[in-house]
Amino acid sequence: MARYVAGRLLIAVPLLIVITFAVFALIHLAPGTPERALLGARQSSPETIAAIREKWNLDEPFLFQYVLWLKAVVTGDIGRSIQSGEAVTAAIGRRIGLTIFLGLYATLIALVVGIPLGMWAALRRGSRTDRAVVGVSVLGVSAPTFAVGLLLLYVFGVVLDWFPTFGSGEGFWNRAYHLTLPALALALALLALIVKITRAAMIDELDKDYVAFARSRGLSRRRIMSRYVLRNSLIPVVTVTGLIVVGLFGGAVLIEVTFGLPGLGTLLVDSVLTRDIPVVQALVLLTAIFVIVVNLGLDVLYTVIDPRIRFGSAES
Amino acid sequence: MAEALELRRSRETKRRRITLMVALSLVFLVVLVVFAAFGTAITPNDHEEQRLFISDTPPSAEFWAGTDQLGRDIFSRTIIGARPALVGAVAVSVGAFTIATVLGLVSGYLGGAVDAGVMRWADLMLALPGLLIAIVVVGVFGGGFWVAVLVLILLFAAPDTRIVRSAVLEQRPLPYIEAARTLGVSKPRVMFGHVLPNILPIIFAYVVLDFAFALVALAGLSFLGLGIEPGAADWGRMLAENKGILFTNPWAAVLPALLIILTAASMNLVGDWMYDRFSLRQ
Repeated sequence: MARYVAGRLLIAVPLLIVITFAVFALIHLAPGTPERALLGARQSSPETIAAIREKWNLDEPFLFQYVLWLKAVVTGDIGRSIQSGEAVTAAIGRRIGLTIFLGLYATLIALVVGIPLGMWAALRRGSRTDRAVVGVSVLGVSAPTFAVGLLLLYVFGVVLDWFPTFGSGEGFWNRAYHLTLPALALALALLALIVKITRAAMIDELDKDYVAFARSRGLSRRRIMSRYVLRNSLIPVVTVTGLIVVGLFGGAVLIEVTFGLPGLGTLLVDSVLTRDIPVVQALVLLTAIFVIVVNLGLDVLYTVIDPRIRFGSAES
Repeated sequence: MAEALELRRSRETKRRRITLMVALSLVFLVVLVVFAAFGTAITPNDHEEQRLFISDTPPSAEFWAGTDQLGRDIFSRTIIGARPALVGAVAVSVGAFTIATVLGLVSGYLGGAVDAGVMRWADLMLALPGLLIAIVVVGVFGGGFWVAVLVLILLFAAPDTRIVRSAVLEQRPLPYIEAARTLGVSKPRVMFGHVLPNILPIIFAYVVLDFAFALVALAGLSFLGLGIEPGAADWGRMLAENKGILFTNPWAAVLPALLIILTAASMNLVGDWMYDRFSLRQ
């Protein structure tokens, strides 16, 4: 297993090089000269411009600039924010906790509610409850997180006044309380998809011969469900969860802006709107590494759920 | 055998029949198209006129959904907002599927190295968090409605290419292709003259399914301030600009939010229904 993981990490290296190159190119892609992109809207004398060109090696050949930039990044120096002058790593460190909290909270809601709901609908296939669950999940898949978030904010924050409409809370429980509405909004699309996939996978499994066989051998329904059917139907659910955890990042941006939460999403939008290129670069790099790690983690998880899947053939 | 056929036929007619939900969705979408087409001719008030002395008021007889902070009529602005919403959704999905149709046909029909290359590209694009890419790229290029549309077209093209390719692969082994090849019809002509007409209905259904995703993605970018210019009568922009007055005139933000959700859901329901219809025909 260690060998497999090492191999996968090795494959990730060229991918990281491609991604870091794209991130690096952002400075040069932005309209205007690179030093303008790095200075933002600030007033600048020829001396500052010269200093910026010196600092970022803008007079070197393009590829060499990239190598120098990469070297700095590897040692943890991704630059300073144009807006605040603060080291980018510090700005990210201050906000990353909230985004992780929000993401985990939403994933938890989606899994804890979605899997049982999908199973329940599958066991009552064709019934009215089944059709209701399917219908609501169609709505959930198409509903954009920020619009749902706003409606939740209005109904549960303004009209009913059950949840706070502002702030992100101190300490674990207070934070959980403040983040409940955002997490619910974020979880909805994920939840709908998990219900759909779980239901389809369960229906597939329930029709298989081994279920009929296990039943005829007199195994308890509970044992059949938990030991065999659920386990076999979880593979597609895990695949989707992986895809969505990645997609959740995008949703988190919208939700953080909707609820005015100081997480990485609002940091990204603020820095994109103010063209704070070093911060944007750092956030894109962080996301890329996160995506690679999540995909690797999932491939390992497959083999834990289903030992028939060997390392190395996990993509089938 | 006869029984099986009978069963199949009854299932087909059942699936093809238009349900109440689909009918309602269609009606709703037609109303939106009318809004988008006639816009200012329908709105009860001028959607741009600022009435600062009655800013931020709840619904009244004159302003059915109240006014925003500049005293502009929310109801009229919501009607006007149908145009960027529909135009954007159609532009993104049609644009993406135009690219996808060419790439998918070439990749699926020719196979080999071309196919492998196109599929690796699609895999890579699928692994990326699309919305984040859109936020960064649109932001770096300075934003704007058409910049957002263009970036979304490029992002949507990858999954769409896989869809077209698999439809092409289904057609490839069919006798009419072999017949055309035996007759010496050139490859481009087989692809675009023979395969394409046969997969067009299914592509069309997918285009409609893509509408919803495109609508939501564009509204999201506008909501973040990266799509349409600030101050425009657009549902995403209205949400962003009016979420601060949720306590005084909630309708200013709730109405556009509801319209985004309902439009996306309608597009999905109609798309699903069309998909069922067209995939059965083949």
